[in-house]
Amino acid sequence: MNPVFDWHALAPDVVLAATVLLTLVATFLLPDRDATQVSRIAAIGVLAALVPVVTLANDGADRAMFDGAYVVDNYALALKAFFLVAAYVTILLSVDYIQEGDYYRGEFYFLLLTSVLGMSVMASARDLITMFVALETISIPTFVLAAYRKHDRVSNEAGVKYYVIGVLSSALMLYGMSLIFGYAGSTRLAEIGAQVSAAGAPPLLAVAVFLSLVGFAFKVSAVPFHFWAPDTYEGAPTPVTAFLSVSSKAGGFVALLNIVFFGFYGVDGAGTELWWPVIWVLAALSMTLGNLAALRQTNVVRMLAYSSVAQGGFMLVPFAAAGIAGAAGDLGQADTAFGAVVIYLLVYGAMNLGAFAVVIAAARRTRSAEISSFAGLFQTSPTLAVLMTVFMASLAGIPPLAGWFAKFVMFQSAVEAGGAWGITLAVVAGVNSVIAFFYYAGVMRQMWFKEPAGEDRSEIEVPYALTGALAITAAVTLVVGVYPQLFARVGELAF
Amino acid sequence: MEWSEWALSLAVFLPGVGALIVMLIPRAEEQLIKTVALVTTLATFGVVVGILADFDYDRSGELQFELNNRWIDVINSRYHVAIDGISLPLLALSAFVTLLCVIYSWNHFPEPHNPKAFLALMLVLEVGMNGTFVAQDLILFFIFFEVVLLPMFFMIGVWGGPNREYASIKFFLFTLFGSAMMLLGFLALYFKVDVPGGNTFDMVALSEAAGAGLTRGTANLIFAGLFLGFAIKVPMFPFHTWLPDAHTEAPTVGSVLLAAILLKLGTYGFVRIALPMLPDAAEDWAPWIGLLAVIGIVYGALGCLAQSDMKRLIAFSSVAHMGFVMLGIATLTDFGINAAIFGMVAHGLITGMLFFLAGSVQHNFHTRELSRLGGLLVQAPKMGWILGFCAMASLGLPGLAGFWGEFPAILSAFSPAEGLPVETFRTYMVVAAIGTVLAAGYLLWMLQKVAFGTPKPEFEHAHVHDVNAYEWTAWLPMLVLILVLGIFPNLLFGVTDDAVTQIANVFGG
Repeated sequence: MNPVFDWHALAPDVVLAATVLLTLVATFLLPDRDATQVSRIAAIGVLAALVPVVTLANDGADRAMFDGAYVVDNYALALKAFFLVAAYVTILLSVDYIQEGDYYRGEFYFLLLTSVLGMSVMASARDLITMFVALETISIPTFVLAAYRKHDRVSNEAGVKYYVIGVLSSALMLYGMSLIFGYAGSTRLAEIGAQVSAAGAPPLLAVAVFLSLVGFAFKVSAVPFHFWAPDTYEGAPTPVTAFLSVSSKAGGFVALLNIVFFGFYGVDGAGTELWWPVIWVLAALSMTLGNLAALRQTNVVRMLAYSSVAQGGFMLVPFAAAGIAGAAGDLGQADTAFGAVVIYLLVYGAMNLGAFAVVIAAARRTRSAEISSFAGLFQTSPTLAVLMTVFMASLAGIPPLAGWFAKFVMFQSAVEAGGAWGITLAVVAGVNSVIAFFYYAGVMRQMWFKEPAGEDRSEIEVPYALTGALAITAAVTLVVGVYPQLFARVGELAF
Repeated sequence: MEWSEWALSLAVFLPGVGALIVMLIPRAEEQLIKTVALVTTLATFGVVVGILADFDYDRSGELQFELNNRWIDVINSRYHVAIDGISLPLLALSAFVTLLCVIYSWNHFPEPHNPKAFLALMLVLEVGMNGTFVAQDLILFFIFFEVVLLPMFFMIGVWGGPNREYASIKFFLFTLFGSAMMLLGFLALYFKVDVPGGNTFDMVALSEAAGAGLTRGTANLIFAGLFLGFAIKVPMFPFHTWLPDAHTEAPTVGSVLLAAILLKLGTYGFVRIALPMLPDAAEDWAPWIGLLAVIGIVYGALGCLAQSDMKRLIAFSSVAHMGFVMLGIATLTDFGINAAIFGMVAHGLITGMLFFLAGSVQHNFHTRELSRLGGLLVQAPKMGWILGFCAMASLGLPGLAGFWGEFPAILSAFSPAEGLPVETFRTYMVVAAIGTVLAAGYLLWMLQKVAFGTPKPEFEHAHVHDVNAYEWTAWLPMLVLILVLGIFPNLLFGVTDDAVTQIANVFGG
């Protein structure tokens, strides 16, 4: 049987793949290897890939290909759109940073977009092999990107650490997947789900599920598999860190969503008690330890690294909630819980990229990533300070900024799942949101309450590209905060 | 749309528009910035006066100026705003006090100056305060309840006293913890209460359901979440420790807004949300709330007597006064709750005025140490007399507003709602009555220290301004209201009574 190609459904990935090749070619053909031109090609390509996403969304039909291994539905489209917009913002963050640094320039965009291509495929992957290929496409370019400041030993360390952990997690995951295949006799997630539901919970399957979950836990840097993240984040070039902490992390979460929702969840929630306790523990540990470690940081990038570990813990809460509800036979609730993960991802992407945009902008003056380097920013650059306040407050979940809604749907899923475990998790999350405010407020305190340190008190000049990134992320953070229905609808449609 | 539909939204969001305009004006244009802020708060107050004029006082128990629009469909939360006799006075108080604060600030900007940021924050604060009093949807309420946090955090942290960083973060963390637990309580109400027509965040529907379908244990647990959120905001003993720090360090206007409005968000939450939505749990909790209230009354009063800083003393007096309010609420009777709402308004006016005075005293003497002050009546007689007037009002002198908040609250504890332990509440009544004596003690002591006697040698030749034109403009309306409400308490009781009776009827009191 010849495979059927639905070119409309494949269009976003095809456009993206073409752009990847174009950036590579352009890097070598353009005079003086002009990276500004390459960045333009990359940016336009990403926006062009958004066009078919929109037309497909208008069309509305679910399209399955390759025997159901590759699916384009609302869920996949929402996440593709997210990855593309996040990639566009990342390019805006990178333009001046890469142009002014002593790096290979054009290749940066080639590597970046290759990783984005992997994410876009991941959103559609409904098969273990497709997922694995997508995950490696996401990861391998980021190993190189993390070590992009090649004259800097910290950056090299970042890359190596990330590489070793990445390979380890892939190995664990692959082993788990092979056991799953041996058990279910198929790599299709849907068939695996049916097998899980039928079989209950044999020990072999439990081991397989556990191993693959651990693999994903590395990818999303959930405690206790998070220790690579702070070093890698600190060492990598800051735009790459933004990319790792948002897009790459989201890639891991989408993989987790795919395998849990389309696979392990089964057709009637019967297999959920296999995995929800694991995720419950990961969520509680990530929130708590991520926050406690973030409290102690003096470097803003490390602080954001631990904060992203904690935010990852918040994102795991609805997984556990869906599992609890599924085990209790309440299937409708699982849909809203998984929808909550998608909403959280979208909101987190906007506010975290925004925070990194301010960090990059401020570092242009201070050449430092210490939190104390933000001292007096409100006096020297009030606009940047207000924007950073918006992003920090949003990450802390303070209304009326978008973060509150993400936290809200997360709480909602846990309370709705109910039972002692659901409520306990909600309370743990509640206490952690308060702890989290403390370190986000630490940055605000420096900006608002302290006197500027340096001699230079003029306003920091922000290049156009960064301004664009700030405008996009701030607009999303504010608008969604006041009218969350925009993202809520996406979360609802996705499942 | 009719005026009656958009009036409330206008009163809530007009300050927000003003804040945006202020943010767009260059920092150097101070005069323009102040004018925009003044015009905005004046216009907002104008809208509120319009609402006051159009309010149907014969139906003050019902919701008026209602608007119920779609907002977040996915979680069944709606943009539902309306007011009744309980919300109306508080909304008016909020718009009124903010306007006066802008006037007072005119040439009183604390260091590091920057009127642009200060006024923008104050306007954002007003959005949150006005919004909380009109919201009829739990999520909308939660949003507005939280909106006030950041502006106040920055107001204390940037323009505050020497210990401002500690005070601001303490204020924020306490309140944030409370609101996280409150939000969990709201979610539990959403999922667990049987409302005809399905799960809802609508405050009206949830009040009508009155906790249907909850077991006593669950209801008590949910009440605990709400209690934490509101009691920290009030603040009740033992959650009050953020208050003296925040008040002492906050700039004058920050203290005034904190005392006059922000504390009321907590007590309002009890009256509007906790009691009607969970009446059974409220009955179980009432004796304990009453206990904490009277402890607060006595503890606050004793705390006052131990202070050496004028502002800190007034802050502790807030703990005591809010204790009276909570005691009134804890009786679950219409008499007690009416007194509580009167107490909220009276405390807002009187303590707000006291903080204004503390601010002006500091402005003149650059200290608030009671041991260094003295002879204000000699150096600035008008200010001294105003301080005397406010101290009298605060200690509950009949004929001034403070009396009508305090005395009926104590009296209501004589016969609490059916089902509550009468002996316990009568004991509370006695303790609270002793509290009023202590209140007279510390207020007169403060008055004597600050106003009586002769100026201390170090200030003998100090150049002291008596009340200036800005201060008169800001203070006179409050002083007049304290007097008017003291003589005609029915102006306020008449408005609140119908709505309060509806809440109290659930308890058969």
